[in-house]
Amino acid sequence: MNAFKKNPRITASLLLTFLLLQAPGALADELRVAVASNFLLSVKELSREFEKTTAHKVVVISASTGKLFAQIKQGAPFDVLLAADSLRPELLEKEGIGVPGSRFTYAVGRLALWSADTTLFLKNDLQVLNQKNFRYLAIANPKTAPYGKAAEQVLRKKGFWDQLQTRMVRGENISQTFQFLVTGNADIGFIALSQLKRNQKQLKGYSWAVPSEWHDPIRQQAILLKRAKTNKAAQEFLNFLKSDRVQKIIESYGYSPL
Amino acid sequence: MDISSLDSGPIWLTLQLASVTVMILLAIGTPMAWWLAHTRSKMRVGMEAVVALPLVLPPTVLGFYLLILLGPNGWIGGPVKALTGAPLSFTFTGLVFASTLYSLPFVVQPLQSNFESIGSTPMETAESLGASRWDAFFSVILPLSRRGYLTATVLGFAHTLGEFGVVLMVGGNIPEKTKVISIEIYDRVEVLEYTQAHILSAGLLLFSFIILLTVYSINKKLPVHVS
Repeated sequence: MNAFKKNPRITASLLLTFLLLQAPGALADELRVAVASNFLLSVKELSREFEKTTAHKVVVISASTGKLFAQIKQGAPFDVLLAADSLRPELLEKEGIGVPGSRFTYAVGRLALWSADTTLFLKNDLQVLNQKNFRYLAIANPKTAPYGKAAEQVLRKKGFWDQLQTRMVRGENISQTFQFLVTGNADIGFIALSQLKRNQKQLKGYSWAVPSEWHDPIRQQAILLKRAKTNKAAQEFLNFLKSDRVQKIIESYGYSPL
Repeated sequence: MDISSLDSGPIWLTLQLASVTVMILLAIGTPMAWWLAHTRSKMRVGMEAVVALPLVLPPTVLGFYLLILLGPNGWIGGPVKALTGAPLSFTFTGLVFASTLYSLPFVVQPLQSNFESIGSTPMETAESLGASRWDAFFSVILPLSRRGYLTATVLGFAHTLGEFGVVLMVGGNIPEKTKVISIEIYDRVEVLEYTQAHILSAGLLLFSFIILLTVYSINKKLPVHVS
């Protein structure tokens, strides 16, 4: 403390820095959005627009839905959860960690089968998985990632689950699954259609949108978390997501209409 | 909660990985440490820095490069795929390769300081008495280096047990092949199976503590050799 007394200039400049750091908070609210990996790039794009129109600041945190859920249960300081399923938001609502009645479906996910190797696909179906000329099939971990669970349902339904066990690699979330494929470490894999749409320009290869009736619908739900009950920015952001205009944009990212 | 759902696969796999890695590291680490301890070459400092890199690099850097190197289009994975039909990513061999890099300093550094403290006199004496270099190394240097080897083995082993980031990035979470304890714990925590996560975590904690305790207490009893 002596240093401050001896040197009022330092004290003044520290005070000024402190005030300047505080300034944006006084004008607009900050909002922390925890988002499932598949929706990360979409939410970043949407947030930019939201920030432009409202002057609120959006901070995005992404991981698999399972991990975000565990973190939120342990008190992670997030305001909104954009999950890749409806199960976790439902649980949060039941356990009183989410605000009752704030839960809604913001997107319906589509699963896609993709390979960088165009020679693998003969026709638009799963028959490619009967072939011996690929080494690894990548899926997201079904235990933690809803897209992985959907992939498991498809593989079970079509009788590939058991026979492909030894050739399956599991990404910890859908982003890592995608990364296994892009780096060529896995030959073929189930990812989110939105990931493909988003990277269309850089990606060569072959993709096929898996019929959505082959798995339970991937209803991606949002929920307002209790700590943000009075956060105006959070409520505005959820309304923004619900709006028809934004819903159209989300559809164009590779999601099914609600 | 159900303890029987705890699968011993990842435990055995981790022990296997750590054992194989340590054996390889002792084999390649010995000549490296010997060279570093005795050379007057200018390359020495450069090599020392390279060996120490895994200590300071985040595992993600190593993991990222390995994912590319070990993959079918990588410098290592490519030739391996041409030879064996499969690249190294997502394989046990790939994990051994990654762990060897990752734990290298934990084996080389104790051996190097051990060889340095022995100095060149015992080797020279043995050679002047007519022993071949190999003979001199095995019958004079090795017995003098018990302390260094014990430390190197235990640290290399324990550090490989605790490996996580690299395995997460290049392993692909395959049961029986690349799903090690640390990944299993991560998965269990994520799906809120805290009982299993607790058992595995506490087990790893206790096990690591015991082997470190053992090595430090044995080390105290072993003589130090300084020429």
